[in-house]
Amino acid sequence: MEKTTSPLISIRGLTKAYGTFTVLHGIDLDVAEGEVVCVIGPSGSGKSTLIRCINHLEAFQPDSSITVDGIRVAPGPALAKVRAEVGMVFQSFNLFPHMTVLRNVMIAPIRVRKTPEADAERKARELLARVGISEQAEKFPGQLSGGQQQRVAIARALAMEPRVLLFDEPTSALDPEMVGEVLDVMRKLAGTGVTMVIVTHEMGFARQVADRVIFMDGGRLVESGKPSDIFDNPKEARTRGFLRAVLNH
Amino acid sequence: MNLINTFFNIPVFLNSLPQLLWGLVVTIQIGITSILCGLVGGLFLAVARLYAPSAFTLLIRVYIDIFRSIPLLVLLIVVYYALPFVGIRLSPFLSAVTALSLVSAAYTAEIFRAGIEAVPHGQFEASAALGLSNRNTMVDIILPQAIRIVIPPLTNNCINVMKDTALASVVAMPDLLKQATQAQALNANPTPLIGAALIYIALLWPMVAVVTRLERHFNRGKR
Repeated sequence: MEKTTSPLISIRGLTKAYGTFTVLHGIDLDVAEGEVVCVIGPSGSGKSTLIRCINHLEAFQPDSSITVDGIRVAPGPALAKVRAEVGMVFQSFNLFPHMTVLRNVMIAPIRVRKTPEADAERKARELLARVGISEQAEKFPGQLSGGQQQRVAIARALAMEPRVLLFDEPTSALDPEMVGEVLDVMRKLAGTGVTMVIVTHEMGFARQVADRVIFMDGGRLVESGKPSDIFDNPKEARTRGFLRAVLNH
Repeated sequence: MNLINTFFNIPVFLNSLPQLLWGLVVTIQIGITSILCGLVGGLFLAVARLYAPSAFTLLIRVYIDIFRSIPLLVLLIVVYYALPFVGIRLSPFLSAVTALSLVSAAYTAEIFRAGIEAVPHGQFEASAALGLSNRNTMVDIILPQAIRIVIPPLTNNCINVMKDTALASVVAMPDLLKQATQAQALNANPTPLIGAALIYIALLWPMVAVVTRLERHFNRGKR
């Protein structure tokens, strides 16, 4: 073993199939504590499925193994523990529309961590200030712009103080003028040492923020390396083809 | 003049009014008890159907289909006249409430299921990703959204249950209809029946109006 500390997320032989159609072909991946990993690749390459397996929103083949902080990800009582440690931000925000923004951020700590209401509220207001939307705390999600909603979703995930944050194409459903404000929040987060796994089509962001970039295609992990290696000097022909297509348009 | 004396005979009406009002009280008792039992039962069935093991969900589906198919009058007569042969002897009130609740629970379960299914899947995923338990997901996230959707159809179902309480008169329950038919026989005049009909309308018209308003309100909210 060349590493001194065990990885925070460890994925071994991750295989996922819908009937006879295989979406993921035996993925191996380790993510270290504090690492920011960006996953890129064409649509349908299995990027989203990969990160949705990490908190078991997608079931996977039983001979595959994922552990988060040493806990095996599998159906059962331990799963709630894993999910409490793994925050997720969705493409379509998925805020709770019947609750105020503040309540959206408070609800999980209150219910899952049994945090007292007052503490949860103080923490929620802090987080909303951190993502720049404290003035909107009493509004309902439907009254906010897409960019604001996604920032609330990030605050909601952070409220659980997760060990890892998963981002599933967090800017893909946003109007172009709102992409920047969400990426800014994520950039700041990356600077604070939070472990992040980000599925994204924002190549500039990936190059700037990622410690490591992973290129996936056809349900396989094709290439993995430092952003400069992947973007400037890709080894695999498929990576080169993909980057040529997305960067020169 | 003759017509008025026959159908809207004031002295007969006043004479039978106390009896009709007692009948109304019984009707409301049967109705509200059955509505509450049906709501609790229906909600339980709908949620159990989501989370229970598949053998159990099959059982729930069979239950729902049977009680949506059986005519209420048939069920009521089976409960009241057939069950005593196996030693289950229910009072007219309990027979009526049992039959109405069994059927109402089946319809309510379908209404709740449709409401829960109308909540976007992302809400379940966001709840799961935060580590919320199944119970918290239902109570805090899904049901508050589903209930908004199901209030109009649920109110409709309540109206139907209230109307169907009239069937209890066939098992000798002294409800509004039964009291009216007795008063009619006593007075040899159909005015009490007309009175009962008017009381049913007065009782249910406001609920019908509420449903119409709710439906309009929620449809506007959707846009």
